[in-house]
Amino acid sequence: MSDVQFQSRRDWLLTDAPQTRRQARLGAIYQGWLTFRANKLAMFGLVILIILIVMAVFAPWLAPYSPFSQNLADRLQPPSAAHWLGTDHLGRDILSRLIHGSRITLFIVGTVALIAPVIGLFIGTVAGFAGGWVDQVLMRITDIFLAFPKLVLALAFVAALGAGIGNAVLALAITAWPPYARLARAETLTIRNADFIAAARLQGAGPMRLLIGHIWPLCVSSLIVRVALDMAGIILSAAGLGFLGLGAQPPMPEWGAMISDGRTYILDFWWVAAMPGLAIFIVSLAFNLLGDGLRDVLDPKGAKE
Amino acid sequence: MLRVDDLDVWFGFPPDRVDAVKRASFSVAEGESFGLVGESGSGKSTILRAITGLIDSWSGTIEVAGQAVAGQKRDRAFHKTVQMVFQDPYASLHPRHSVDRVLSETLKLQGMGDIDSRITRLLEDVGLGQGFRFRYPHQLSGGQRQRVAIARALAAEPRLLLLDEPTSALDVSVQAEILNLLTDLRAEHGLTYVMVSHDLSVVGHMCDRLAVMRGGRIEEIMTVDQLRHGGATEDYTRHLIAASAGYERA
Amino acid sequence: MSAPLLSVKNLRVAFPTRQGVFEAVRGVSFDLGRERLGVVGESGSGKSMTGRAVLGLVRPPGKVSADKLELEGQSILNLPERQMRAIRGNRISMVMQDPKFSLNPVMKIGDQIIEAYRLHAGGAKDAARQKALEMLRAVQIRDPERVMGAYPHEVSGGMGQRIMIAMMLAPDPEILIADEPTSALDVSVRTEVLNIMDGLVRDRGMGLIFISHDLNLVAQFCDRVLIMYAGRIVETLAAKDLHNARHPYTQGLLNSLPRLDHPVERLAVLQRQDSWRDGPLEGERTETDFPGGL
Repeated sequence: MSDVQFQSRRDWLLTDAPQTRRQARLGAIYQGWLTFRANKLAMFGLVILIILIVMAVFAPWLAPYSPFSQNLADRLQPPSAAHWLGTDHLGRDILSRLIHGSRITLFIVGTVALIAPVIGLFIGTVAGFAGGWVDQVLMRITDIFLAFPKLVLALAFVAALGAGIGNAVLALAITAWPPYARLARAETLTIRNADFIAAARLQGAGPMRLLIGHIWPLCVSSLIVRVALDMAGIILSAAGLGFLGLGAQPPMPEWGAMISDGRTYILDFWWVAAMPGLAIFIVSLAFNLLGDGLRDVLDPKGAKE
Repeated sequence: MLRVDDLDVWFGFPPDRVDAVKRASFSVAEGESFGLVGESGSGKSTILRAITGLIDSWSGTIEVAGQAVAGQKRDRAFHKTVQMVFQDPYASLHPRHSVDRVLSETLKLQGMGDIDSRITRLLEDVGLGQGFRFRYPHQLSGGQRQRVAIARALAAEPRLLLLDEPTSALDVSVQAEILNLLTDLRAEHGLTYVMVSHDLSVVGHMCDRLAVMRGGRIEEIMTVDQLRHGGATEDYTRHLIAASAGYERA
Repeated sequence: MSAPLLSVKNLRVAFPTRQGVFEAVRGVSFDLGRERLGVVGESGSGKSMTGRAVLGLVRPPGKVSADKLELEGQSILNLPERQMRAIRGNRISMVMQDPKFSLNPVMKIGDQIIEAYRLHAGGAKDAARQKALEMLRAVQIRDPERVMGAYPHEVSGGMGQRIMIAMMLAPDPEILIADEPTSALDVSVRTEVLNIMDGLVRDRGMGLIFISHDLNLVAQFCDRVLIMYAGRIVETLAAKDLHNARHPYTQGLLNSLPRLDHPVERLAVLQRQDSWRDGPLEGERTETDFPGGL
């Protein structure tokens, strides 16, 4: 019986003739989900990210020890039954620190993912849509940002603003937007002469309406894909800042800072640096896989068929 | 209803300036259906785009319902008087907007009230039922999309409809349906049409008079009756008529 | 007379979709001799897919199956890509609708023709160049030297299509498949391109499959016409008998065209019937008559 119910709900979602606005929207989302689900690797990435989120939310309950409690008697212990991933130079449990560190990672990733594409989208679409001197000015500013290596620029910002996780995130966001602006501008240039924009103009639609209602929805999908693919790089940059001591400050269990701590012992006590390194690797990979799946769903070129 | 006098349209700047339309003049009376015929690059669509302000690099006179327009700016009264249907229904509908969104946004922009019942009526008018209201363009066939585009153009209750090759992207059987729909709508709403087409037989079917264009110039203006009965005076027109009659083995 | 050039029996092309398997071509059978065969249908009728299936150009996940798909007695159904490529170049060629998408935009036209020619015939570059010039002349391009040095965006649509035809005819194929070769062209250019194609096909004794949506054009240009609807051939008739078509779909298509010499108030609208999808077929006859004059 539940099978029949499921079947009819599926039909309701996949119908070509939705009866209400809600049905139409849900149907579109369900179509996307089916496409995404067909990509096994992307599903794998999604599962890892869900685990990461669960880990971050329930960190205090999942972690076997406190991430800060030191036990110098147990320092630099190899992985064992008591400490699954071993302990660091202050005798802190590495697994617990990784679990708590996932909160910091998610915070960094989430904030950068919210700020950078929005700045990029705004600047890129305005430049592409307005054209003329507005385009020139905005794009030259973008070029200036692009001319510096990302990490060096972020370092400069952090140095100016002061070390700390908040400033690190800000620096990363400020250095990450130019590629999004480029991308959004390129998309806007192809869209702005489309017939449907001309048709909306003929109805008397003003530039703000065209930009927000017509151009943004078409740029957003490719930006989301790009963001998901860039996430790995952002995590690595954040870890890099942490490694250089300009991101999260001790004793915060930030993954990059943890590698930095382990660096001194890397030859004799490999797990201190390797475990957070592995965590960074897995999460970066997960974001890349997710980005691939999202591209299948959202990329207008793929979706056209 | 529409008067175009000494219209020049160009693209780019010297020395790369391309003159797309040269000294075109014609006028269309209220309630008339006027055709612009020519091959690709003859400037026929460019004229429509200059009228609607989608191109600003033009000179000459364009008068719509007695009001002269200038440059690219068009006021609200203009948008309520003149609307356009584009050639490619796959390109003229926003891929992420449902039919409902397209029509309600248009109605709002035109300052109409009572949007729900108006959408219902517009869909009925163009022969689409309520079942189509919440569909996205990818859930519609080419003919259905063109009907939505026509509904969008009619939303403003315009008096002059500019049709830019409205059926050239469609199958012939669908073309017949859309042409019939346009014929009916014109009779019902007392519309004036300016129709651009490369297809002489379509223009012959839809229009009262036509202008034949070539290389940006209007070669001749004649009635459809003249067209049918060999009244074409220019060689080029005759050549065009012969070529559209089909293929004859050399 | 001799065996047909191409023999197709019960050709099917299927695509798996979320809603089940979609059959784009559902059991098409025909024989092609040294003739001009028109394939007519509306979008979605499977006419282009039929051409692609013959050439082995159906992309996965699409699946091609047939009881018989033979080129001069040799089966070419689902051949490995390498062998198919050899056949595609040398024995069957295809001209697409829009030359803009078929030519490489960043390569000079001459280089493309020379490359295409050498890929099939080999030989020295100079000889290939001579051959390329000759081919361009064969499609009545007046200034072949200049065209050889031009990039695709520098030539008009009609010129581009002639160049495509020249390239496709270079290896002297036995069969030419033309998919809407003139629908992107203006009417006045169309006649020229058709004349060139007609001449070449006749002089070289090729078989031509002319895929088009334009019923009248096909009837005037071809010897025999297949009318496709929903993946099947619903009617086969000699081109000169087109106006005596019996299938209601063919009649409906003809009637829905506006005509200059026959004005009407409203156009006849095609009333599609479900029975056309699977109902009886008109003129169900797959063998060729090898009409005279070829």
